[in-house]
Amino acid sequence: MLEKNKNLLDIKKLKVSFFTEEGEIRAVNNVNFSIPNGKIMAVVGESGCGKSVTAYSILRLIQKPGKIMDGEIIFHPADDKPLDILKLGEKSDELYKIRGGKISMIFQEPMTALSPVHTIGNQICEAILIHQDVTKIEARKNAADMLAKVGIPNAKNRLDHYPFEMSGGMRQRVVIAMAMVCHPQLLIADEPTTALDVTIQAQILKLMKDLQKDLNMSILLITHNLGVVAQVADEVAVMYLGRIVERSDVRTIMKNPRHPYTIGLLKSLPSLSMEKTELPSIKGSVPSLTDIPNGCPFHPRCPYYKPKVCDAGNPPDLNAVDDNHDVACFRTSQIQNEIAGKERCRL
Amino acid sequence: MNENIKNITSTPLLQVKGLCKYFPVFSKGFFKKQIGVVKASDNINFNLVTGETLGLVGESGSGKTTTGRAILRAITPTAGEVILNYKNELIDLTKISHKKLKQLRPFMQMIFQDPFSSLNPRMTVQDIIAEPLVIHKMAKGSVLEDRVIQIMKKVGLKPEHKSRYPHAFSGGQRQRIGIARALIMNPALIVCDEAVSALDVSVQAQVINLLSDLQQEFGLTYIFIAHDLSVVKHICDRVAVMYAGKIVELAKTNEIFENPLHPYTKALLSAIPSPDPDKPMNMNISGEVADPGNLPPGCAFAPRCEFCVQQCEQQIPKLKHLADDRYVACHRSWNVEDSP
Repeated sequence: MLEKNKNLLDIKKLKVSFFTEEGEIRAVNNVNFSIPNGKIMAVVGESGCGKSVTAYSILRLIQKPGKIMDGEIIFHPADDKPLDILKLGEKSDELYKIRGGKISMIFQEPMTALSPVHTIGNQICEAILIHQDVTKIEARKNAADMLAKVGIPNAKNRLDHYPFEMSGGMRQRVVIAMAMVCHPQLLIADEPTTALDVTIQAQILKLMKDLQKDLNMSILLITHNLGVVAQVADEVAVMYLGRIVERSDVRTIMKNPRHPYTIGLLKSLPSLSMEKTELPSIKGSVPSLTDIPNGCPFHPRCPYYKPKVCDAGNPPDLNAVDDNHDVACFRTSQIQNEIAGKERCRL
Repeated sequence: MNENIKNITSTPLLQVKGLCKYFPVFSKGFFKKQIGVVKASDNINFNLVTGETLGLVGESGSGKTTTGRAILRAITPTAGEVILNYKNELIDLTKISHKKLKQLRPFMQMIFQDPFSSLNPRMTVQDIIAEPLVIHKMAKGSVLEDRVIQIMKKVGLKPEHKSRYPHAFSGGQRQRIGIARALIMNPALIVCDEAVSALDVSVQAQVINLLSDLQQEFGLTYIFIAHDLSVVKHICDRVAVMYAGKIVELAKTNEIFENPLHPYTKALLSAIPSPDPDKPMNMNISGEVADPGNLPPGCAFAPRCEFCVQQCEQQIPKLKHLADDRYVACHRSWNVEDSP
């Protein structure tokens, strides 16, 4: 009947701008990527690279002064026809069905994502009652089951607790339970562990990975932590100043990065196995989005910058350098030769 | 740098002895009776020699910031001694008057975590950096201006930006302003409270490098408070791991990372997500971080510890001196090592 698409979501030529006093800020500029079915896709980048704005666009959560200027976000639900989320009406039933139902989201700060004046039971049941045709008692039972699934002990009694009675890790589990309770096909996780301690972070990551396998859903993980990406993701897109600069599977990105930004980012991580020496760093800092450099946006910070090649014209397109490996750089092959040359010198 | 440390171990720059900071807990209602205490930092002991960097690591609520602040007497400690070697004179910071303390302030400075909230948005960069000198009446006029420009160059800021306001700078540059403000007093001791945590990865590396360059140039001593162990590994000579207000392990950095003895240190190390996808996380720690207001009677880590025995639940382990510069607070640290 319906042909099963291998991607759950295709984002095509997405452009999002914010209109401020300083002019139009292009937060997301021509972003293309797909989220495969049953996989964890990570979008990484530093602050201001547009990773969160991309995620918010999928649920149409961009508010004034922001506006989605162009592009398509094609959602292929498992049980329905594909549809373009950006074409749906702002207040249409279809959009409400998707939001929190087929696609749900967990936010960075578990304290602000939960209402302080409602019990967690009420907050989880609210999502169930909106999206599913069940009675209140059934909803409460589903909520308790979900809480138990995310590892909250004594889940039934916990339903009557308020968020302030729980620790940060527990609250994040509640937020995950809330997002998962309608069995979404896509879960968008915006920095889900950034506000948590490392031991709690490890628990939450494991939980998300297990749930993803159990329920066979897809996850779009937004993060700045390359360690988290390496441990959890299947596919990775690296963003810089509103564009994707490199995209591949996690192993390729971490072991064989080709874009100078990705290379620099990985090198500047202080690692546990490294000796105490000068840390390689990327020079300069991320420019303001009001003032994006011409040509390749990364050229003022790039160690392989060539005048007249990198700093003129349009930004480089995302081109395939290998099977399932795209890089947006004018000098991909030259840079690889240069790096290989340096390696040879060292040997 | 390590060579220097060995030569001057006889007179530590700072000796922290039994430092405690307890916060009272009051009951609800009109009378606000005190019903208990939160032992935010409890019986902290360590020495610090000139030119050394000591890392204080732990999760939130482990008391690392409280300890850092109590050492500088930004908050008054409940008990204990902090003995500072000020120009070969040993001074207990916890006992001196505020007047005397103010004289000592230039000697010890602090760099804060959040470069966005720690700088006054209504002051220009020049005023922010110069303020400590003005307060202590150490310079004015053109001398002051020259000093500000000199220090801005040192930390990698452009002197022509001196009349800008903090909002015009990125996170990394703001943190450089914070460093300049601490450095202008020619301090000997700087407490860096999560100084690089709020920064992006590419900028974080720059600031770490700047801190170590400045340390070598001025012979600074750092207490580096952080929750990120990989950063700590990079910058520290020794590391103290804190849990629920106590130091549970103190050792040279490479020993902590290569051969951690305390089960909590082990768990903390195993919980760091490695950027290598072929090295999966192998975490064996469950449960939540202990609440310092409601600690178990024995070892605070016992409820989460896989090696816990009856003794751990009843008796608080002391920080034992095992070998040269190696301390651990665990009843079972030797046995744990033997187990597979």
